[in-house]
Amino acid sequence: MPTLARLALLLLAFPVVAQADQLVTLVIQNHTFSPSSFEVPAGERFRIQLTSHDESVDEFESYDMKFEKIIVPGNTVTVFAGPLHPGTYTFFDDYHPDQAKGTVTAVEVKE
Amino acid sequence: MLACLLIVFREVLEAGIVVGIVMAATQGLARRGLFIGGGIAAGVLGAGILALFTGAITQALQGFGQEIFNAAILGGRRVMQSWHNLWMASHGRELATQLRSAGNAVLNGEKSLWALAVVITVAVLREGSEIVLFLYGIAASSQADPLSMLAGGVLGIAAGAALSWLMYRGLVAISLKRLFSITGWMIALLAAGMAGRAAAILAGIDLIPAWGYQLWDTSWLVSDASLTGRALTALVGYTDRPLGVQLVAWSVTLALLVLGNRLLHSRPTQSR
Repeated sequence: MPTLARLALLLLAFPVVAQADQLVTLVIQNHTFSPSSFEVPAGERFRIQLTSHDESVDEFESYDMKFEKIIVPGNTVTVFAGPLHPGTYTFFDDYHPDQAKGTVTAVEVKE
Repeated sequence: MLACLLIVFREVLEAGIVVGIVMAATQGLARRGLFIGGGIAAGVLGAGILALFTGAITQALQGFGQEIFNAAILGGRRVMQSWHNLWMASHGRELATQLRSAGNAVLNGEKSLWALAVVITVAVLREGSEIVLFLYGIAASSQADPLSMLAGGVLGIAAGAALSWLMYRGLVAISLKRLFSITGWMIALLAAGMAGRAAAILAGIDLIPAWGYQLWDTSWLVSDASLTGRALTALVGYTDRPLGVQLVAWSVTLALLVLGNRLLHSRPTQSR
């Protein structure tokens, strides 16, 4: 049992050790993301930090990258994403899905 | 207006699936309407309060309060559901035989109804707070005809409730003997799905290890973005690109519930 507990702790501690993620900064204003598209290296975990200058509540969401987070006006939120296979992934504001859209392109890192 | 209708419809349907299954599973239990209605009411009230404090919750716990809150909600729901499921396994048969004269099952039934009321409350709470925030955003924004969008929202609630009700009627039409085993499975799958989603949320903020990202990609078949995908997510915990830890949580929960059912079923029921 103590071995199991130690193993569990080790597994829990692991992500803390491996945290040197790239941070991408976005702003949403007038229900538009800026920048609305950006590139990240494929196969790496990264974070997106979004600041809202909108006047109403938004929900920062992506089916492709599996995050959804409510953001109230004036706030800043951070979500984790990746590691992604090379390709294009979409994100949007679930409360204004027609207006606020953006894409992330994961590019293969050349050795 | 149509986009607005769809967004609200989706959220209502997700909560409605849970309510429908619980209602079908509690066929014939005395006073179930009170508990289910109470669960829905508490969920709606909670959603309103939650929406008020979203900003504070989001910024809590180093900015990941919202994720931790959601995962806790899903986890709590899973525990309640598992409890009901195991209770149903041990009492379902006698309940089916003495369905109308609820008799001595009522006392036990009430305990399970409490658990189910909590399940419904958190289902409505989670989806409801999104609806409240969304509708509030519409009401607050000065742009683009808020009235027609609000109408869309209301229609969305009606359509979601109607479809959930139809599903409930469909479930009830199944013969009573099979109903309990079917709803038992559905609740087990619901619980497994929630365990998986809770694990995915926690892994999504690096709180627990992911044990592999994108184990497979079936978004070409059923995308999480589609309505089918959303319904399957609510029903069985489907996701087009699962994490390792999500699959493990899903399988372990389902296995435990099925195993628990077997154990309870293999034990002869006490004679009265």
